[in-house]
Amino acid sequence: MQEYDLVVIGGGPAGLAAAIEARKNGVRDIIILERDIELGGILQQCIHNGFGLHIFKEELTGPEYAQRFINELAEMGIEYKTDTMVINISEIKTVTAVSRQEGLITIAAGAIILAMGCRERTRGAIRIPGARPAGIFTAGTAQRFINIEGYMVGRRVVILGSGDIGLIMARRLTLEGAKVLAVAELMPYSSGLTRNIVQCLHDYDIPLLLSHTVTNIRGKDRVEGVSIAKVDDNLKPIPETEKFYECDTLLLSVGLIPENELSYQANIQIDPKTSGPLVNEAMETSIEGIFACGNVVHVHDLVDFVTEEARRAGASAAHYIFEEINENLPAVPVVPDAGVSYVIPQSIRIDNLNGSLDLLLRVNSVYQNAKISVKADGKTIKEVKRRHLAPGEMERIRIDSQLMKNAQPKKISLNVQGEKTRYAV
Amino acid sequence: MQSKEIICTACPIGCHLTAHRDKNAKGGYRIEGYSCKRGISYALAELTDPRRILTSTVRVVNSTHKRLPVRTAEAIPKDKIFQCMQEVNRIAVKSPVKMGDILIKNIADTGIDLISSRDIK
Repeated sequence: MQEYDLVVIGGGPAGLAAAIEARKNGVRDIIILERDIELGGILQQCIHNGFGLHIFKEELTGPEYAQRFINELAEMGIEYKTDTMVINISEIKTVTAVSRQEGLITIAAGAIILAMGCRERTRGAIRIPGARPAGIFTAGTAQRFINIEGYMVGRRVVILGSGDIGLIMARRLTLEGAKVLAVAELMPYSSGLTRNIVQCLHDYDIPLLLSHTVTNIRGKDRVEGVSIAKVDDNLKPIPETEKFYECDTLLLSVGLIPENELSYQANIQIDPKTSGPLVNEAMETSIEGIFACGNVVHVHDLVDFVTEEARRAGASAAHYIFEEINENLPAVPVVPDAGVSYVIPQSIRIDNLNGSLDLLLRVNSVYQNAKISVKADGKTIKEVKRRHLAPGEMERIRIDSQLMKNAQPKKISLNVQGEKTRYAV
Repeated sequence: MQSKEIICTACPIGCHLTAHRDKNAKGGYRIEGYSCKRGISYALAELTDPRRILTSTVRVVNSTHKRLPVRTAEAIPKDKIFQCMQEVNRIAVKSPVKMGDILIKNIADTGIDLISSRDIK
């Protein structure tokens, strides 16, 4: 069995930043295990620009953002194995992986960072009725075919779901000569960034059908068309509004799920709200010495925030390895209250805090002129005002640790107050 | 008087702006509906010289990678996007390539270069 102080599972933006930060905090003996043939993760297929505004103060493409971290990793001489798939992690931190070159690998790890990312929801998850022909792709799969493998996925395309990947693919397909007939969105608002609605849809006159969904798929060998209908306030299709769109391809951009098969195997506790591990202020899971960061914890909309979270996990893993974390402190729960869907981290060991702590949260509706309050045992310790809040935009509240240390609460809760609106754009 | 609707993308709020032709206003347009001054400069840029960064991929001939992601080094005029795409689709590159390498100089006469988005060995 091989031994490493730190094993990082996944070589995407989270794994890269976590490994680099652990090294900066003094950990010598690190290995990243990546199942793809190269590092960088999904950034490598996200060829569009818009990454890095927070971290680098400039607008990079996905591959450029990844390249900066890959270069830094190489300069530091951090070890990694690509084409290597982790198939099990145990509660005692033994990592089992397989690779074509080395066969079965087992590693005894001092600490583990989970950075497996997320995957897309598929047709099965949203139960679209109809035939099962070829030509139905998740948006990310289509993105990989076009941008990495070099295959065009279709000529006349309908996209269901107006998340950012769906919007980005509407533009990408148009640039490559396809006709995108429409982007249909079940909700009365898009979960994508305004900027993407303007630059990916409006720029190319692609209609966005809010409160619409796909009600049928037709086709024998290949998609021949889909039916789209308007939905009512309960999101039920209104039959008389159904319209047929002749197309050869349907893309689904209907959400992402953290990929936690390995976490389940290790009996790590999962938050049903985020579908990711419960984490504390150190980004440590329910198992001591196993940390997690990035989309495996909760789905982010900006890679910059993944990087920040991964740095926290990387530094914490280093502190754990050097026995600088007090594992015996009480964990104070952080609870989402009115208007808040979830908060990361889910618990805080207050006396482990240093400097400031970021609370990441999502709200459950679109709000105008809103106020987010952080409460310690019901008493407000921090308030932030936002002109605009939406479920699609993660909010970050930076809080001074001293505020929490002074309060020494038994419970921290977050709520949002504001004017609810149903329409963003 | 001509007027035009624009959605501001300077931040996630997405203010709905209206631009009215007005000889006396700065830039030739009077802008309404903004909530910060970035809205005004955004609207004027969109009306007078709308630009976008173009990203795409080009063929790679001698690598395990089949496509190389590319971008324009700066934003190009919006109405030249498809002309640029024609040039992008005409070329193929040989590895190795470094991030930032110039692949097409002055693409579609925009004065802007097409560059590589990553290293390929």
